[in-house]
Amino acid sequence: MFKQFTSLQWKSFFRSSNLGKSLGIKILMGFFGVYMLVSLAGLGAGMYFILRKIFPDQSPMWSISQYFIYWVLIELFLRYFMQKLPVMDIKPFLTTPVKKSTIAHYILGRSAASIYNLLTLFFIIPFAIVLLFNSYPGLNVLLWVVAVMAIVLCINYLNLLINKNEKALIGIASILIIGYGLDYFGIFSIKELLAPVFHALYAYPITVLIPIVLAFGIYYINYKFLKDKIYLDAKLKSKKVEANTSDLAWTKRFGEMGSFLQLDLKMIWRNKRTKSQVFISLLFVFYGLIFYTVDVYSSMVPMKAFVGIFMTGIFLSNFGQFIPAWDSSYYSMMMSQNIPMRKYLESKVILISVSVVFMFLLTIPYVYFGWEALAINFGCALYNLGVNIPVILYFGSFNKKRIELDQSPFGNMQGTSATQFLIMLPVLVVPIILFSIFYYVFNIQVAVIVLSVLGVIGFAMKNYLLNLITEQYKRKKYGMIAGFKEKAS
Amino acid sequence: MITIENLSKKYGSQIVLNIGELSIPTGQSFGLVGNNGAGKTTLFSLLLDLIQPTTGHIINNDVQVNTSEEWKPFTSSFIDETFLIGYLTPEEYFYFIGDLRGQNKADVDALLSEYQDFFHGEILGQKKYLRDLSKGNQKKAGIVASFIGNPKVVILDEPFANLDPTTQIRLKQIIKELAEKKDVTVLVSSHDLIHVTEVCERIVVLNKGEVVKDIQTSTETLKELEVFFAG
Repeated sequence: MFKQFTSLQWKSFFRSSNLGKSLGIKILMGFFGVYMLVSLAGLGAGMYFILRKIFPDQSPMWSISQYFIYWVLIELFLRYFMQKLPVMDIKPFLTTPVKKSTIAHYILGRSAASIYNLLTLFFIIPFAIVLLFNSYPGLNVLLWVVAVMAIVLCINYLNLLINKNEKALIGIASILIIGYGLDYFGIFSIKELLAPVFHALYAYPITVLIPIVLAFGIYYINYKFLKDKIYLDAKLKSKKVEANTSDLAWTKRFGEMGSFLQLDLKMIWRNKRTKSQVFISLLFVFYGLIFYTVDVYSSMVPMKAFVGIFMTGIFLSNFGQFIPAWDSSYYSMMMSQNIPMRKYLESKVILISVSVVFMFLLTIPYVYFGWEALAINFGCALYNLGVNIPVILYFGSFNKKRIELDQSPFGNMQGTSATQFLIMLPVLVVPIILFSIFYYVFNIQVAVIVLSVLGVIGFAMKNYLLNLITEQYKRKKYGMIAGFKEKAS
Repeated sequence: MITIENLSKKYGSQIVLNIGELSIPTGQSFGLVGNNGAGKTTLFSLLLDLIQPTTGHIINNDVQVNTSEEWKPFTSSFIDETFLIGYLTPEEYFYFIGDLRGQNKADVDALLSEYQDFFHGEILGQKKYLRDLSKGNQKKAGIVASFIGNPKVVILDEPFANLDPTTQIRLKQIIKELAEKKDVTVLVSSHDLIHVTEVCERIVVLNKGEVVKDIQTSTETLKELEVFFAG
């Protein structure tokens, strides 16, 4: 039975219309995947030496045990977003003579082979090998690896139990933040408290049984839970959220655009993919910290322009690049309705502009790293407002791929085509090149002023540019309608 | 008055629609029947400028559909579920459509109250998004949405499919009432010969993209159609 299920799963993957199309993207994604795995393995191998260097007076094994609890929490946190619950199309099997327990075991078993579990292997095995070369006892290291894998499985099944429960997520996030805060301010050290516990997994090989038993325990709870829920109306049915109506009356102030703005806000808030995108965008405010705190970058000023464009424009590029594909599932209705195309586009402009301004306000604390950080971010925000918004809308007219709104954004390539990669060029690369040229020829002030002035010029020409873009959207209309109708492409 | 002239649509070498001439006078209730692939949805999509004609054109009340957008204010339609916005509640959807057609909330509410019977208490006030409604209920919402804003031309593709018997009977009543208004043209397509003959004054049969029958409905029409489709 398992064999048949597996072969079905295999077919559903290779025969999905997703896979047949756009070979280029697949190759590119494959390349990124391999790159990720290689760098992960490299990090694993290097971790021993890194820990040696940061904490010279303690064993790397001890250091890693200290931070183990954070890794567990962070992984739980990330998985909540990234890992899809393992559902296969069970409906056809309900009426066939397949035991429900078999189905449940299969679903759970398959999630053990999830790519996220393998990622840890890629990190932990090189680390273990380095340990062995540094004459750590073989048995201890080996069983430690087994213990870590068992913990990974615990996390895996725990995540299934949490099952997209937002309260649990908030719980995990607050434990993480509070724990780290307490550690950081030296009030109470969770890592010191738990370090011996995790270190014991290495020091006393017999303790490997604990995570293994734990993993089986959580698996069993999952199994119990799942087996009783294999009915059409229980687990298998996608959750129906109770609609909360809000009339967002304030959008009326934008006149005719108000109704579109309202529609966009509802779309963003009520659909998984768009909603997560907002959260991701917010998180990217911290992206700049990497560039401002690490010494290597402090002399590379153009990098700061890059983060400036990136941070203030993250929502612009994430959301903007898929306009109008967000509306793809009902695009033919929009096109046969009494809709002025220009107002439709203008409402998108307002939405993105607000996001740029908002993201800029969030980046103001970077002034801590000097006034020039603020100046660069300001110039970049202006450039995004004036130049990048029309650019991204223009490129949007090349979108022909449908997007299903309810799916998670992570690893979701829906709606992605060569257009998305082409967009990055003018949006990100052009301003950085401009900035670099003026920075190296003149100085940072001139470079910031150039970006700002370009932004202001773009803003001044907004009406003219929008007219051009509107024409472009009208020309591309039939192609879009036809493209958006093709499901799952 | 809708006039179709030399209209054809080709995909590659395959001709999916080819209509030399057809005119639908204002106020007529017009039925379109045909087997799968006969070109019904293609014709409706052309009427709504969702696809481009290979040759010819359609003139909807003096507006050439594929060159001007002036037909939009007085034409409304429900083709399929892709006309619905899944993440809105039915009420929000109606108000949105109302907004697009220059109707305020009160206007829309007044219109909706006329269709309480048709909704059968399953559409309004359900605290559900459109995507979570059953197919039949989605259809009800879509059909009623196409009545918002006093359209002069109403286009409904397969409105009877997926509806329960009670709703089918009510929908027939609604379409008849709509057709009685002198200035509203109703275009309906269907696979159900009985329903179309009941609600439409005129029935056109499409077969492989060509008009093969054009009948003013009478008591013999159903028989005639059955004979035709029996082959």
